[in-house]
Amino acid sequence: MSARNAAARLDVTAPISAPGTPAPITDLAAQRIRARRRRELNIYGLRVLVAVIVLGSWELTTRIGIVDQFFFGQPSGIAKQLWIWITEETALGPLWEQVLVTMEETVLGFIVGTVLGVVIGVLLGRNRLLADVFSIYIKAANAIPRVVLGALFAISLGLDIRSKVATAAILVFFVVFFNAFQGVREVERNLIANARILGADDRRLTTEVIVPSALSWIIASLHISFGLALVGAVVGELFGATQGVGELIYSAEHNFNANGVFAGMLLLAAMALLAEAFITALENRLVRWRPPAVGSEIQI
Amino acid sequence: MTPAIDLRGVTKRFLTPSGGVYTALRDLNLTVQAGEFCAVVGPTGCGKSTTLALISGLEPASEGEVEVLGKPVRGIAEQIGYVFQTDAVFPWKTVLDNVAAGPRYHGRPTSEARSTAREWISRVGLSGFEDRYPYQLSGGMRKRVALAQSLINEPRILLMDEPFSALDVQTRSLMENELLSLWANTRASVVFVTHDLEEAIALADRVFVISAGPGTVKANYPVPLTRPRNVTEIRMQPQFSQIYGEIWNDLKDEVLVSYERQKRSGAA
Ligand SMILES: Nc1ncnc2c1ncn2[C@@H]1O[C@H](COP(=O)(O)OP(=O)(O)OP(=O)(O)O)[C@@H](O)[C@H]1O
Ligand SMILES: [Mg+2]
Repeated sequence: MSARNAAARLDVTAPISAPGTPAPITDLAAQRIRARRRRELNIYGLRVLVAVIVLGSWELTTRIGIVDQFFFGQPSGIAKQLWIWITEETALGPLWEQVLVTMEETVLGFIVGTVLGVVIGVLLGRNRLLADVFSIYIKAANAIPRVVLGALFAISLGLDIRSKVATAAILVFFVVFFNAFQGVREVERNLIANARILGADDRRLTTEVIVPSALSWIIASLHISFGLALVGAVVGELFGATQGVGELIYSAEHNFNANGVFAGMLLLAAMALLAEAFITALENRLVRWRPPAVGSEIQI
Repeated sequence: MTPAIDLRGVTKRFLTPSGGVYTALRDLNLTVQAGEFCAVVGPTGCGKSTTLALISGLEPASEGEVEVLGKPVRGIAEQIGYVFQTDAVFPWKTVLDNVAAGPRYHGRPTSEARSTAREWISRVGLSGFEDRYPYQLSGGMRKRVALAQSLINEPRILLMDEPFSALDVQTRSLMENELLSLWANTRASVVFVTHDLEEAIALADRVFVISAGPGTVKANYPVPLTRPRNVTEIRMQPQFSQIYGEIWNDLKDEVLVSYERQKRSGAA
Protein backbone atom coordinates (compact mmCIF):
# COMPACT_ATOMS: atom_id res chain seq x y z
CA MET A 1 0.00 0.00 0.00
CA SER A 2 2.65 2.43 1.03
CA ALA A 3 4.69 1.43 -1.99
CA ARG A 4 1.76 2.23 -4.23
CA ASN A 5 1.29 5.53 -2.51
CA ALA A 6 4.91 6.34 -3.06
CA ALA A 7 4.61 5.36 -6.68
CA ALA A 8 1.52 7.44 -7.05
CA ARG A 9 3.25 10.34 -5.46
CA LEU A 10 6.16 9.89 -7.83
CA ASP A 11 3.76 9.71 -10.72
CA VAL A 12 2.13 12.88 -9.65
CA THR A 13 5.29 14.80 -9.02
CA ALA A 14 7.08 13.66 -12.15
CA PRO A 15 4.92 15.37 -14.79
CA ILE A 16 4.41 18.50 -12.71
CA SER A 17 8.06 19.44 -12.77
CA ALA A 18 8.11 19.49 -16.57
CA PRO A 19 5.39 22.06 -17.32
CA GLY A 20 6.11 23.52 -13.89
CA THR A 21 8.68 25.77 -15.53
CA PRO A 22 6.16 28.22 -16.92
CA ALA A 23 6.32 29.26 -20.54
CA PRO A 24 7.38 32.89 -20.84
CA ILE A 25 4.38 35.19 -20.93
CA THR A 26 5.34 36.63 -24.32
CA ASP A 27 5.31 33.12 -25.83
CA LEU A 28 1.86 32.58 -24.44
CA ALA A 29 0.60 35.84 -25.89
CA ALA A 30 2.12 35.09 -29.28
CA GLN A 31 0.48 31.68 -29.21
CA ARG A 32 -2.94 33.19 -28.52
CA ILE A 33 -2.49 35.80 -31.22
CA ARG A 34 -1.55 33.03 -33.68
CA ALA A 35 -4.67 31.09 -32.70
CA ARG A 36 -6.77 34.17 -33.31
CA ARG A 37 -5.17 34.77 -36.70
CA ARG A 38 -5.91 31.17 -37.64
CA ARG A 39 -9.55 31.73 -36.72
CA GLU A 40 -9.67 34.85 -38.88
CA LEU A 41 -8.20 32.94 -41.84
CA ASN A 42 -10.83 30.26 -41.37
CA ILE A 43 -13.55 32.88 -41.49
CA TYR A 44 -12.17 34.36 -44.70
CA GLY A 45 -12.04 30.88 -46.19
CA LEU A 46 -15.68 30.24 -45.30
CA ARG A 47 -16.71 33.60 -46.75
CA VAL A 48 -15.04 32.76 -50.06
CA LEU A 49 -16.75 29.37 -49.99
CA VAL A 50 -20.18 30.99 -49.60
CA ALA A 51 -19.45 33.32 -52.53
CA VAL A 52 -18.28 30.42 -54.69
CA ILE A 53 -21.40 28.39 -53.95
CA VAL A 54 -23.83 31.25 -54.59
CA LEU A 55 -22.11 32.55 -57.72
CA GLY A 56 -21.41 29.03 -58.99
CA SER A 57 -25.01 27.89 -58.80
CA TRP A 58 -26.19 31.18 -60.30
CA GLU A 59 -23.79 30.80 -63.22
CA LEU A 60 -24.68 27.13 -63.64
CA THR A 61 -28.46 27.57 -63.59
CA THR A 62 -28.35 30.45 -66.06
CA ARG A 63 -26.03 28.50 -68.37
CA ILE A 64 -28.22 25.40 -68.34
CA GLY A 65 -31.23 27.64 -68.89
CA ILE A 66 -33.28 26.83 -65.78
CA VAL A 67 -33.07 30.54 -64.95
CA ASP A 68 -33.39 33.13 -67.71
CA GLN A 69 -30.23 35.18 -67.87
CA PHE A 70 -32.07 37.96 -69.69
CA PHE A 71 -33.90 38.77 -66.46
CA PHE A 72 -31.48 37.58 -63.83
CA GLY A 73 -28.11 38.27 -65.38
CA GLN A 74 -25.12 35.99 -65.08
CA PRO A 75 -21.98 36.32 -62.91
CA SER A 76 -19.64 36.01 -65.87
CA GLY A 77 -21.70 38.60 -67.75
CA ILE A 78 -21.55 40.95 -64.78
CA ALA A 79 -17.80 40.53 -64.57
CA LYS A 80 -17.53 41.22 -68.29
CA GLN A 81 -19.69 44.31 -67.97
CA LEU A 82 -17.51 45.58 -65.09
CA TRP A 83 -14.40 44.90 -67.12
CA ILE A 84 -15.74 46.90 -70.05
CA TRP A 85 -16.69 49.78 -67.75
CA ILE A 86 -13.27 49.78 -66.19
CA THR A 87 -11.12 49.34 -69.29
CA GLU A 88 -13.22 51.29 -71.79
CA GLU A 89 -15.97 53.49 -70.45
CA THR A 90 -19.62 53.57 -69.41
CA ALA A 91 -22.53 55.04 -71.31
CA LEU A 92 -22.10 58.17 -69.16
CA GLY A 93 -18.33 58.53 -69.39
CA PRO A 94 -15.41 57.10 -67.41
CA LEU A 95 -16.41 54.79 -64.58
CA TRP A 96 -14.38 56.49 -61.88
CA GLU A 97 -16.26 59.71 -62.58
CA GLN A 98 -19.59 58.00 -61.87
CA VAL A 99 -18.28 56.48 -58.67
CA LEU A 100 -16.80 59.79 -57.57
CA VAL A 101 -20.02 61.70 -58.26
CA THR A 102 -22.14 59.28 -56.23
CA MET A 103 -19.53 59.11 -53.48
CA GLU A 104 -19.48 62.89 -53.23
CA GLU A 105 -23.28 63.11 -52.98
CA THR A 106 -23.34 60.35 -50.39
CA VAL A 107 -20.56 61.65 -48.19
CA LEU A 108 -21.87 65.22 -48.25
CA GLY A 109 -25.39 64.03 -47.45
CA PHE A 110 -24.04 61.79 -44.73
CA ILE A 111 -22.09 64.64 -43.10
CA VAL A 112 -24.93 67.16 -43.34
CA GLY A 113 -27.49 64.67 -42.01
CA THR A 114 -25.22 63.50 -39.19
CA VAL A 115 -24.30 66.99 -38.03
CA LEU A 116 -27.91 68.15 -38.09
CA GLY A 117 -29.07 64.95 -36.39
CA VAL A 118 -26.53 65.22 -33.59
CA VAL A 119 -27.00 68.94 -33.00
CA ILE A 120 -30.79 68.85 -33.02
CA GLY A 121 -30.90 65.54 -31.13
CA VAL A 122 -28.68 66.88 -28.36
CA LEU A 123 -30.57 70.18 -28.29
CA LEU A 124 -33.95 68.51 -27.91
CA GLY A 125 -32.58 65.90 -25.53
CA ARG A 126 -31.28 68.67 -23.26
CA ASN A 127 -34.34 70.91 -23.47
CA ARG A 128 -37.60 69.53 -22.17
CA LEU A 129 -39.78 72.27 -23.65
CA LEU A 130 -38.34 72.01 -27.16
CA ALA A 131 -38.65 68.23 -27.01
CA ASP A 132 -42.29 68.36 -25.94
CA VAL A 133 -43.18 70.91 -28.63
CA PHE A 134 -41.33 69.36 -31.56
CA SER A 135 -41.61 65.64 -30.83
CA ILE A 136 -45.03 65.36 -32.46
CA TYR A 137 -43.81 66.96 -35.69
CA ILE A 138 -40.69 64.89 -35.84
CA LYS A 139 -42.66 61.70 -35.31
CA ALA A 140 -45.08 62.72 -38.06
CA ALA A 141 -42.23 63.57 -40.42
CA ASN A 142 -40.60 60.27 -39.61
CA ALA A 143 -43.77 58.37 -40.48
CA ILE A 144 -43.96 59.55 -44.09
CA PRO A 145 -41.79 57.67 -46.60
CA ARG A 146 -39.02 60.23 -46.91
CA VAL A 147 -37.61 59.08 -50.26
CA VAL A 148 -40.51 60.85 -51.96
CA LEU A 149 -38.97 64.06 -50.67
CA GLY A 150 -36.34 63.39 -53.31
CA ALA A 151 -38.92 64.40 -55.94
CA LEU A 152 -39.56 67.63 -54.07
CA PHE A 153 -35.85 68.39 -53.81
CA ALA A 154 -35.42 67.71 -57.54
CA ILE A 155 -38.01 70.42 -58.20
CA SER A 156 -36.86 72.94 -55.62
CA LEU A 157 -33.10 72.45 -55.73
CA GLY A 158 -32.67 71.50 -59.37
CA LEU A 159 -31.02 68.50 -60.91
CA ASP A 160 -27.49 69.24 -59.72
CA ILE A 161 -25.74 67.74 -56.69
CA ARG A 162 -27.78 69.68 -54.12
CA SER A 163 -30.99 67.70 -54.57
CA LYS A 164 -29.10 64.39 -54.08
CA VAL A 165 -27.27 65.65 -51.02
CA ALA A 166 -30.56 66.84 -49.55
CA THR A 167 -32.24 63.48 -50.14
CA ALA A 168 -29.34 61.60 -48.58
CA ALA A 169 -29.18 64.04 -45.66
CA ILE A 170 -32.85 63.76 -44.82
CA LEU A 171 -32.62 59.96 -44.65
CA VAL A 172 -29.56 60.11 -42.42
CA PHE A 173 -30.94 62.87 -40.24
CA PHE A 174 -33.81 60.95 -38.69
CA VAL A 175 -31.81 57.88 -37.75
CA VAL A 176 -29.01 59.92 -36.18
CA PHE A 177 -31.45 62.31 -34.55
CA PHE A 178 -33.41 59.60 -32.74
CA ASN A 179 -30.24 57.91 -31.53
CA ALA A 180 -28.66 61.15 -30.33
CA PHE A 181 -31.89 62.13 -28.59
CA GLN A 182 -32.21 58.79 -26.86
CA GLY A 183 -28.51 58.75 -25.99
CA VAL A 184 -28.81 62.12 -24.28
CA ARG A 185 -31.83 60.94 -22.33
CA GLU A 186 -29.98 57.84 -21.11
CA VAL A 187 -27.01 59.64 -19.58
CA GLU A 188 -26.48 58.49 -16.02
CA ARG A 189 -27.71 61.04 -13.50
CA ASN A 190 -24.79 60.25 -11.27
CA LEU A 191 -22.28 61.39 -13.87
CA ILE A 192 -24.17 64.62 -14.45
CA ALA A 193 -24.28 65.25 -10.70
CA ASN A 194 -20.55 64.58 -10.41
CA ALA A 195 -19.69 66.95 -13.27
CA ARG A 196 -21.83 69.72 -11.79
CA ILE A 197 -20.25 69.29 -8.37
CA LEU A 198 -16.82 69.45 -9.98
CA GLY A 199 -17.76 72.82 -11.42
CA ALA A 200 -18.95 72.11 -14.97
CA ASP A 201 -21.20 74.79 -16.47
CA ASP A 202 -23.98 73.93 -18.93
CA ARG A 203 -21.70 74.06 -21.96
CA ARG A 204 -19.09 71.81 -20.34
CA LEU A 205 -21.80 69.46 -19.19
CA THR A 206 -22.91 69.06 -22.79
CA THR A 207 -19.46 68.66 -24.33
CA GLU A 208 -17.83 66.66 -21.56
CA VAL A 209 -20.59 64.42 -20.27
CA ILE A 210 -23.72 64.38 -22.41
CA VAL A 211 -22.12 64.04 -25.84
CA PRO A 212 -19.42 61.48 -24.88
CA SER A 213 -22.03 59.43 -23.11
CA ALA A 214 -24.42 59.60 -26.06
CA LEU A 215 -21.59 58.86 -28.47
CA SER A 216 -22.03 55.09 -28.30
CA TRP A 217 -25.61 55.50 -29.45
CA ILE A 218 -24.72 58.02 -32.14
CA ILE A 219 -21.93 55.89 -33.57
CA ALA A 220 -24.15 52.84 -33.63
CA SER A 221 -26.53 54.81 -35.84
CA LEU A 222 -23.74 55.83 -38.24
CA HIS A 223 -23.31 52.24 -39.39
CA ILE A 224 -26.88 52.22 -40.69
CA SER A 225 -26.94 55.78 -41.88
CA PHE A 226 -24.12 55.55 -44.40
CA GLY A 227 -26.11 52.89 -46.23
CA LEU A 228 -29.11 55.20 -46.09
CA ALA A 229 -27.08 58.09 -47.47
CA LEU A 230 -26.17 55.88 -50.40
CA VAL A 231 -29.84 55.05 -50.93
CA GLY A 232 -30.65 58.77 -50.81
CA ALA A 233 -28.01 59.64 -53.38
CA VAL A 234 -29.12 56.87 -55.77
CA VAL A 235 -32.80 57.75 -55.38
CA GLY A 236 -31.89 61.39 -55.97
CA GLU A 237 -30.23 60.36 -59.20
CA LEU A 238 -33.43 58.52 -60.14
CA PHE A 239 -35.34 61.80 -60.12
CA GLY A 240 -32.99 63.25 -62.67
CA ALA A 241 -29.24 63.20 -63.13
CA THR A 242 -26.61 63.08 -65.82
CA GLN A 243 -23.95 61.18 -63.89
CA GLY A 244 -23.50 58.77 -61.01
CA VAL A 245 -23.71 55.07 -60.27
CA GLY A 246 -27.47 55.33 -59.75
CA GLU A 247 -27.87 56.92 -63.16
CA LEU A 248 -25.65 54.19 -64.58
CA ILE A 249 -28.01 51.56 -63.18
CA TYR A 250 -31.06 53.30 -64.68
CA SER A 251 -29.49 53.58 -68.08
CA ALA A 252 -28.64 49.84 -67.95
CA GLU A 253 -32.21 49.13 -66.93
CA HIS A 254 -33.55 51.16 -69.88
CA ASN A 255 -31.46 48.97 -72.17
CA PHE A 256 -32.75 45.78 -70.50
CA ASN A 257 -29.18 45.08 -69.45
CA ALA A 258 -29.61 43.01 -66.25
CA ASN A 259 -25.86 42.47 -65.97
CA GLY A 260 -25.36 46.24 -65.99
CA VAL A 261 -27.85 46.63 -63.13
CA PHE A 262 -26.04 44.00 -61.10
CA ALA A 263 -22.65 45.49 -61.88
CA GLY A 264 -23.89 48.87 -60.62
CA MET A 265 -25.20 47.26 -57.47
CA LEU A 266 -21.84 45.63 -56.94
CA LEU A 267 -20.17 49.03 -57.13
CA LEU A 268 -22.60 50.44 -54.57
CA ALA A 269 -21.95 47.50 -52.26
CA ALA A 270 -18.20 48.03 -52.53
CA MET A 271 -18.64 51.70 -51.66
CA ALA A 272 -20.78 50.82 -48.64
CA LEU A 273 -18.23 48.27 -47.40
CA LEU A 274 -15.44 50.79 -47.75
CA ALA A 275 -17.41 53.32 -45.70
CA GLU A 276 -18.27 50.67 -43.13
CA ALA A 277 -14.58 49.96 -42.59
CA PHE A 278 -13.97 53.67 -42.18
CA ILE A 279 -16.78 54.06 -39.63
CA THR A 280 -15.59 51.05 -37.67
CA ALA A 281 -12.11 52.57 -37.49
CA LEU A 282 -13.65 55.83 -36.32
CA GLU A 283 -15.68 53.98 -33.70
CA ASN A 284 -12.63 52.20 -32.36
CA ARG A 285 -10.89 55.53 -32.01
CA LEU A 286 -13.75 57.41 -30.41
CA VAL A 287 -14.99 54.85 -27.91
CA ARG A 288 -11.67 53.37 -26.84
CA TRP A 289 -12.85 53.76 -23.25
CA ARG A 290 -15.44 51.01 -23.62
CA PRO A 291 -14.48 47.55 -22.47
CA PRO A 292 -14.08 45.26 -25.50
CA ALA A 293 -17.07 43.15 -26.45
CA VAL A 294 -17.37 39.83 -24.67
CA GLY A 295 -15.18 37.22 -26.34
CA SER A 296 -13.22 39.61 -28.55
CA GLU A 297 -10.42 40.11 -26.05
CA ILE A 298 -7.20 38.20 -26.40
CA GLN A 299 -7.04 36.07 -23.25
CA ILE A 300 -3.57 35.18 -22.03
CA MET B 1 -18.30 81.90 14.03
CA THR B 2 -20.76 80.77 11.39
CA PRO B 3 -20.87 77.01 11.07
CA ALA B 4 -19.69 75.45 7.80
CA ILE B 5 -22.87 73.45 7.39
CA ASP B 6 -26.14 74.15 9.12
CA LEU B 7 -29.34 72.17 8.58
CA ARG B 8 -32.31 73.37 10.57
CA GLY B 9 -35.61 71.54 10.71
CA VAL B 10 -35.01 69.92 7.35
CA THR B 11 -37.64 67.62 5.88
CA LYS B 12 -37.27 65.84 2.57
CA ARG B 13 -40.14 64.09 0.82
CA PHE B 14 -40.03 62.03 -2.36
CA LEU B 15 -42.81 61.10 -4.73
CA THR B 16 -42.96 57.35 -4.96
CA PRO B 17 -43.56 55.70 -8.34
CA SER B 18 -47.07 54.72 -7.19
CA GLY B 19 -47.88 58.41 -6.67
CA GLY B 20 -47.59 58.41 -2.87
CA VAL B 21 -45.33 60.55 -0.73
CA TYR B 22 -42.35 59.10 1.09
CA THR B 23 -40.75 61.11 3.87
CA ALA B 24 -37.03 60.31 3.85
CA LEU B 25 -35.93 62.94 6.40
CA ARG B 26 -38.05 64.61 9.06
CA ASP B 27 -37.10 67.66 11.08
CA LEU B 28 -33.39 67.02 10.85
CA ASN B 29 -30.95 69.34 12.64
CA LEU B 30 -27.27 69.02 11.92
CA THR B 31 -24.45 71.50 12.39
CA VAL B 32 -20.85 71.09 11.28
CA GLN B 33 -18.31 73.65 12.45
CA ALA B 34 -15.61 74.97 10.12
CA GLY B 35 -12.75 72.50 9.92
CA GLU B 36 -14.69 69.81 11.74
CA PHE B 37 -14.62 66.16 10.64
CA CYS B 38 -18.09 64.72 11.18
CA ALA B 39 -19.29 61.19 10.62
CA VAL B 40 -22.87 60.19 10.02
CA VAL B 41 -24.00 56.69 10.92
CA GLY B 42 -27.41 55.09 10.71
CA PRO B 43 -29.22 52.03 9.45
CA THR B 44 -29.54 51.49 5.72
CA GLY B 45 -32.22 53.59 4.05
CA CYS B 46 -32.40 56.12 6.89
CA GLY B 47 -31.54 59.06 4.63
CA LYS B 48 -27.78 59.51 4.90
CA SER B 49 -27.20 59.91 1.16
CA THR B 50 -30.25 62.16 0.97
CA THR B 51 -28.73 64.41 3.64
CA LEU B 52 -25.56 64.78 1.56
CA ALA B 53 -27.61 65.50 -1.57
CA LEU B 54 -29.35 68.34 0.31
CA ILE B 55 -26.06 69.83 1.54
CA SER B 56 -24.55 69.68 -1.96
CA GLY B 57 -27.56 71.38 -3.47
CA LEU B 58 -28.26 68.50 -5.86
CA GLU B 59 -31.68 68.10 -4.22
CA PRO B 60 -33.76 70.90 -2.67
CA ALA B 61 -35.20 70.46 0.82
CA SER B 62 -38.97 70.15 1.07
CA GLU B 63 -38.96 72.19 4.28
CA GLY B 64 -36.41 73.82 6.54
CA GLU B 65 -33.15 75.70 6.04
CA VAL B 66 -29.96 74.37 4.50
CA GLU B 67 -27.00 76.73 4.87
CA VAL B 68 -23.46 76.14 3.68
CA LEU B 69 -20.66 78.56 4.63
CA GLY B 70 -23.26 80.96 5.97
CA LYS B 71 -25.32 81.13 2.79
CA PRO B 72 -28.61 79.37 2.02
CA VAL B 73 -28.11 76.66 -0.60
CA ARG B 74 -29.67 77.37 -4.02
CA GLY B 75 -28.47 74.96 -6.65
CA ILE B 76 -25.01 73.45 -6.49
CA ALA B 77 -23.05 74.93 -3.61
CA GLU B 78 -19.59 76.22 -4.46
CA GLN B 79 -16.33 75.00 -2.94
CA ILE B 80 -17.85 71.62 -2.31
CA GLY B 81 -16.47 68.16 -2.99
CA TYR B 82 -18.62 65.04 -3.14
CA VAL B 83 -17.44 61.44 -3.28
CA PHE B 84 -20.55 59.56 -4.35
CA GLN B 85 -21.73 56.24 -2.97
CA THR B 86 -21.95 54.73 -6.45
CA ASP B 87 -19.30 54.96 -9.14
CA ALA B 88 -19.32 58.40 -10.70
CA VAL B 89 -15.97 58.67 -12.45
CA PHE B 90 -16.31 59.37 -16.17
CA PRO B 91 -15.83 56.11 -18.06
CA TRP B 92 -14.65 57.89 -21.23
CA LYS B 93 -11.84 59.76 -19.51
CA THR B 94 -8.51 58.31 -18.48
CA VAL B 95 -7.50 58.43 -14.83
CA LEU B 96 -5.45 61.55 -15.56
CA ASP B 97 -8.29 63.38 -17.29
CA ASN B 98 -10.81 62.30 -14.67
CA VAL B 99 -8.71 63.85 -11.95
CA ALA B 100 -7.92 66.92 -14.07
CA ALA B 101 -11.62 67.57 -14.76
CA GLY B 102 -12.26 69.83 -11.75
CA PRO B 103 -9.47 72.35 -12.38
CA ARG B 104 -10.34 72.41 -16.08
CA TYR B 105 -13.99 73.17 -15.31
CA HIS B 106 -12.72 76.03 -13.17
CA GLY B 107 -10.99 77.51 -16.19
CA ARG B 108 -7.41 76.34 -15.68
CA PRO B 109 -5.49 75.43 -18.86
CA THR B 110 -5.39 71.72 -19.60
CA SER B 111 -1.63 71.29 -19.26
CA GLU B 112 -1.62 72.95 -15.86
CA ALA B 113 -4.65 70.94 -14.72
CA ARG B 114 -2.91 67.75 -15.79
CA SER B 115 0.27 68.44 -13.90
CA THR B 116 -1.73 69.13 -10.73
CA ALA B 117 -3.68 65.96 -11.42
CA ARG B 118 -0.45 63.93 -11.55
CA GLU B 119 0.41 65.10 -8.04
CA TRP B 120 -2.98 64.04 -6.72
CA ILE B 121 -2.81 60.73 -8.51
CA SER B 122 0.46 59.95 -6.78
CA ARG B 123 -0.98 61.13 -3.47
CA VAL B 124 -3.76 58.52 -3.68
CA GLY B 125 -1.21 55.91 -4.78
CA LEU B 126 -2.19 55.51 -8.42
CA SER B 127 1.02 56.64 -10.13
CA GLY B 128 1.56 54.61 -13.27
CA PHE B 129 -2.16 54.25 -13.93
CA GLU B 130 -2.66 57.71 -15.45
CA ASP B 131 -3.49 56.40 -18.90
CA ARG B 132 -5.93 53.68 -17.86
CA TYR B 133 -9.65 53.91 -18.44
CA PRO B 134 -11.92 53.25 -15.45
CA TYR B 135 -13.00 49.84 -16.77
CA GLN B 136 -9.36 48.76 -16.50
CA LEU B 137 -9.23 49.54 -12.77
CA SER B 138 -10.39 47.63 -9.71
CA GLY B 139 -13.31 48.95 -7.68
CA GLY B 140 -10.98 50.21 -4.96
CA MET B 141 -8.80 52.00 -7.51
CA ARG B 142 -11.86 53.69 -8.98
CA LYS B 143 -12.74 54.94 -5.49
CA ARG B 144 -9.29 56.46 -5.20
CA VAL B 145 -9.75 58.19 -8.54
CA ALA B 146 -13.01 59.60 -7.22
CA LEU B 147 -11.23 60.77 -4.08
CA ALA B 148 -8.45 62.52 -6.01
CA GLN B 149 -11.04 63.99 -8.36
CA SER B 150 -12.83 65.63 -5.43
CA LEU B 151 -9.80 66.67 -3.40
CA ILE B 152 -7.99 68.34 -6.28
CA ASN B 153 -10.56 71.15 -6.16
CA GLU B 154 -9.47 71.78 -2.56
CA PRO B 155 -13.06 72.03 -1.40
CA ARG B 156 -13.88 73.75 1.88
CA ILE B 157 -16.72 71.29 2.32
CA LEU B 158 -16.10 67.62 1.62
CA LEU B 159 -18.99 65.17 1.49
CA MET B 160 -18.10 61.50 1.39
CA ASP B 161 -20.66 58.73 1.03
CA GLU B 162 -19.25 55.40 2.21
CA PRO B 163 -16.08 55.96 0.20
CA PHE B 164 -14.17 53.00 1.58
CA SER B 165 -16.88 50.39 2.00
CA ALA B 166 -15.70 48.48 -1.08
CA LEU B 167 -12.12 48.14 0.12
CA ASP B 168 -10.45 45.30 1.99
CA VAL B 169 -9.48 45.93 5.61
CA GLN B 170 -5.79 46.69 5.01
CA THR B 171 -6.32 49.02 2.06
CA ARG B 172 -9.10 50.64 3.97
CA SER B 173 -6.88 51.51 6.96
CA LEU B 174 -4.25 52.82 4.58
CA MET B 175 -6.77 55.03 2.83
CA GLU B 176 -8.27 56.21 6.11
CA ASN B 177 -4.87 57.32 7.39
CA GLU B 178 -4.17 58.88 4.03
CA LEU B 179 -7.46 60.78 4.18
CA LEU B 180 -6.68 62.06 7.68
CA SER B 181 -3.30 63.39 6.65
CA LEU B 182 -4.71 65.00 3.49
CA TRP B 183 -7.47 66.53 5.56
CA ALA B 184 -5.01 67.80 8.18
CA ASN B 185 -3.40 69.93 5.45
CA THR B 186 -6.63 71.33 4.05
CA ARG B 187 -8.77 71.63 7.18
CA ALA B 188 -11.92 71.24 5.14
CA SER B 189 -15.19 70.57 6.90
CA VAL B 190 -16.05 66.94 6.28
CA VAL B 191 -19.28 64.96 6.40
CA PHE B 192 -18.37 61.30 6.17
CA VAL B 193 -21.21 58.80 5.80
CA THR B 194 -20.51 55.23 6.82
CA HIS B 195 -22.13 52.03 8.03
CA ASP B 196 -19.13 51.23 10.11
CA LEU B 197 -19.19 52.74 13.58
CA GLU B 198 -15.53 51.94 14.21
CA GLU B 199 -14.54 53.83 11.10
CA ALA B 200 -16.73 56.75 12.14
CA ILE B 201 -15.10 57.04 15.59
CA ALA B 202 -11.57 56.53 14.29
CA LEU B 203 -11.90 59.36 11.79
CA ALA B 204 -14.28 61.92 13.21
CA ASP B 205 -14.44 64.72 15.76
CA ARG B 206 -18.16 64.16 16.06
CA VAL B 207 -20.52 61.30 15.22
CA PHE B 208 -24.15 61.86 14.29
CA VAL B 209 -26.55 58.97 14.74
CA ILE B 210 -29.53 59.08 12.39
CA SER B 211 -32.69 57.23 13.35
CA ALA B 212 -34.39 54.67 11.14
CA GLY B 213 -36.44 56.41 8.43
CA PRO B 214 -37.85 58.99 8.37
CA GLY B 215 -34.36 60.04 9.33
CA THR B 216 -33.67 62.56 12.02
CA VAL B 217 -30.61 63.14 14.17
CA LYS B 218 -31.11 60.98 17.21
CA ALA B 219 -27.97 62.08 19.01
CA ASN B 220 -24.50 63.42 18.34
CA TYR B 221 -21.38 62.39 20.16
CA PRO B 222 -18.13 64.30 20.36
CA VAL B 223 -15.05 62.13 19.91
CA PRO B 224 -12.34 63.68 22.12
CA LEU B 225 -9.51 61.45 20.87
CA THR B 226 -6.27 63.26 20.19
CA ARG B 227 -4.91 64.03 16.74
CA PRO B 228 -2.93 63.18 14.72
CA ARG B 229 -4.48 59.74 14.77
CA ASN B 230 -3.53 56.38 13.37
CA VAL B 231 -6.75 54.53 12.68
CA THR B 232 -5.32 51.09 13.50
CA GLU B 233 -3.69 52.13 16.74
CA ILE B 234 -6.51 54.30 17.97
CA ARG B 235 -8.83 51.29 18.10
CA MET B 236 -6.69 49.83 20.89
CA GLN B 237 -7.30 52.76 23.21
CA PRO B 238 -9.67 52.14 26.15
CA GLN B 239 -11.39 55.46 25.47
CA PHE B 240 -12.21 54.24 21.97
CA SER B 241 -14.15 51.22 23.16
CA GLN B 242 -15.92 53.31 25.76
CA ILE B 243 -17.17 55.75 23.10
CA TYR B 244 -17.99 52.84 20.84
CA GLY B 245 -20.12 51.22 23.55
CA GLU B 246 -22.02 54.44 24.15
CA ILE B 247 -22.86 55.13 20.52
CA TRP B 248 -23.57 51.51 19.69
CA ASN B 249 -26.22 51.45 22.42
CA ASP B 250 -28.06 54.18 20.52
CA LEU B 251 -27.40 52.89 17.05
CA LYS B 252 -28.33 49.28 17.67
CA ASP B 253 -31.96 50.17 18.49
CA GLU B 254 -32.26 52.01 15.18
CA VAL B 255 -30.68 49.21 13.24
CA LEU B 256 -33.10 46.75 14.83
CA VAL B 257 -36.11 48.96 14.06
CA SER B 258 -35.00 49.34 10.47
CA TYR B 259 -34.30 45.63 10.12
CA GLU B 260 -37.68 44.60 11.54
CA ARG B 261 -39.44 47.09 9.29
CA GLN B 262 -37.73 45.89 6.16
CA LYS B 263 -38.41 42.29 7.06
CA ARG B 264 -42.09 43.08 7.49
CA SER B 265 -42.43 45.08 4.29
CA GLY B 266 -40.47 42.37 2.51
CA ALA B 267 -42.88 39.74 3.81
CA ALA B 268 -45.97 41.83 2.99
N1 LIG C 1 -35.37 59.77 -5.72
C1 LIG C 1 -36.03 59.08 -4.75
N2 LIG C 1 -37.34 58.79 -4.90
C2 LIG C 1 -38.01 58.11 -3.94
N3 LIG C 1 -37.47 57.67 -2.79
C3 LIG C 1 -36.16 57.92 -2.58
C4 LIG C 1 -35.36 58.63 -3.55
N4 LIG C 1 -34.11 58.71 -3.07
C5 LIG C 1 -34.12 58.09 -1.87
N5 LIG C 1 -35.35 57.63 -1.56
C6 LIG C 1 -35.74 56.93 -0.35
O1 LIG C 1 -35.29 57.68 0.75
C7 LIG C 1 -34.77 56.83 1.76
C8 LIG C 1 -33.38 57.27 2.13
O2 LIG C 1 -32.49 57.00 1.07
P1 LIG C 1 -30.93 57.23 1.19
O3 LIG C 1 -30.32 56.88 -0.11
O4 LIG C 1 -30.68 58.59 1.71
O5 LIG C 1 -30.55 56.14 2.29
P2 LIG C 1 -29.12 55.85 2.95
O6 LIG C 1 -29.25 56.19 4.39
O7 LIG C 1 -28.06 56.53 2.19
O8 LIG C 1 -29.03 54.27 2.80
P3 LIG C 1 -27.72 53.39 2.51
O9 LIG C 1 -26.96 53.33 3.78
O10 LIG C 1 -28.28 52.06 2.16
O11 LIG C 1 -26.98 54.03 1.42
C9 LIG C 1 -34.81 55.41 1.22
O12 LIG C 1 -35.89 54.73 1.84
C10 LIG C 1 -35.08 55.57 -0.24
O13 LIG C 1 -35.93 54.56 -0.69
MG1 LIG D 1 -26.59 55.89 0.93
